[in-house]
Amino acid sequence: MAKPALKEHRIERQWCKGCGICVHFCPKKVLEMDEEDKAFAARLEDCICCRMCELRCPDLAVEVICETSGNNETPDKDQGGGNA
Amino acid sequence: MALKDYIRQRFFPHIWCPGCGHGIILNGLLRAVDTMGLDKKNIVMVSGIGCSARISGYVDFHSLHTLHGRALAFATGVKLSKPELNVIVPMGDGDALAIGGNHFIHAARRNIEMTAIVMNNRVYGMTGGQFSPLSGYGTMATTVPYGNIDHDFDVVDLATSAGATFVARTSTYHVHELAELITKAINHKGFSVLEVLTQCPTYFGRRNRIGDASEMMEVYKKNTVRIGSKKKQENPDLLERGIFVQKELPEYCREYDNIISKARQK
Ligand SMILES: Cc1ncc(C[n+]2csc(CCOP(=O)(O)OP(=O)(O)O)c2C)c(N)n1
Ligand code: SF4
Ligand code: SF4
Ligand code: SF4
Ligand SMILES: [Mg+2]
Repeated sequence: MAKPALKEHRIERQWCKGCGICVHFCPKKVLEMDEEDKAFAARLEDCICCRMCELRCPDLAVEVICETSGNNETPDKDQGGGNA
Repeated sequence: MALKDYIRQRFFPHIWCPGCGHGIILNGLLRAVDTMGLDKKNIVMVSGIGCSARISGYVDFHSLHTLHGRALAFATGVKLSKPELNVIVPMGDGDALAIGGNHFIHAARRNIEMTAIVMNNRVYGMTGGQFSPLSGYGTMATTVPYGNIDHDFDVVDLATSAGATFVARTSTYHVHELAELITKAINHKGFSVLEVLTQCPTYFGRRNRIGDASEMMEVYKKNTVRIGSKKKQENPDLLERGIFVQKELPEYCREYDNIISKARQK
């Protein structure tokens, strides 16, 4: 299965409430909070397109757009599948 | 369809506090509906009152924002009059199991096809952090300043013994599982109950000194296991996640139709 490549990482600043969930759980430490307490992608080159930030954002503020079209499912590592 | 096509964007940003788990449930629900390819014209969301109940205002389905504890009663009316619709009933823990406890057990007993989602943050969020029947012994809340001496319900056990034909549990940490279980609950031909452990950082988190929203989600990761995991035998305090009940029993609307046919034949 081809690895998805990141095309775009969007954060809707008007909707982001700065809860920090996306920053806390990003497995690659891609995200940070800016001076206005909004999340932003500080190290986009490290993003592995797992979309956990998008799935866990309570404010629907994150959209991760990946290259492998038609394959938005990513292996579930960080969510405690299996026996976690 | 893009997720944003399933919401009423004009009401965003939503009213929930930063980090409120209710938003993650909304997120998972929209994804489930999207992957199932449901037509939003065929979905009715019925809710009562509470922070959780506000969810019905954000989805671009048919929606009914009703009375505290009474969502299942309104939903029963909707489903009986139009059984072809998908009826989804998100409820707070107080909404579902304090004031709405009787509606809950009897809807389960009847096995009417609808999806009850118990958004369990173990507190009355909307009214300022009072304890609920799900807070649990020893927890702190504004109305139990010296600690709670009430024991809590186990939503899964309660729903199971009341007769629900689909019973499952997950948390806002386990987001893939969340969308998957919502899908299965909606597909089930009977009364389905999905309990979602969800954080209220503003009241439950703060009063119980658990930390911020992320820390509360870390607790769900640490304190829960998949059903059947060996870890549960080693540590009985762990809470199980997954599907506890999935069985077929005669469904209420179909039975009701049969009764009408019988009566007409006389
Ligand atoms: C008949 C009635 N009694 C009491 C209230 C006050 N009230 C509003 S929401 C609520 C409880 C909310 O708690 P929960 O259902 O757990 O939802 P949450 O806000 O935590 O999501 C109460 C007691 C009401 N609106 N109507
Ligand atoms: S999870 Fe969403 S609301 Fe929270 S900081 Fe990240 S983008 Fe903002
Ligand atoms: S998609 Fe995954 S790796 Fe990329 S920013 Fe989001 S959580 Fe981090
Ligand atoms: S009070 Fe609690 S439940 Fe209500 S919106 Fe805030 S965090 Fe969510
Ligand atoms: Mg509650």
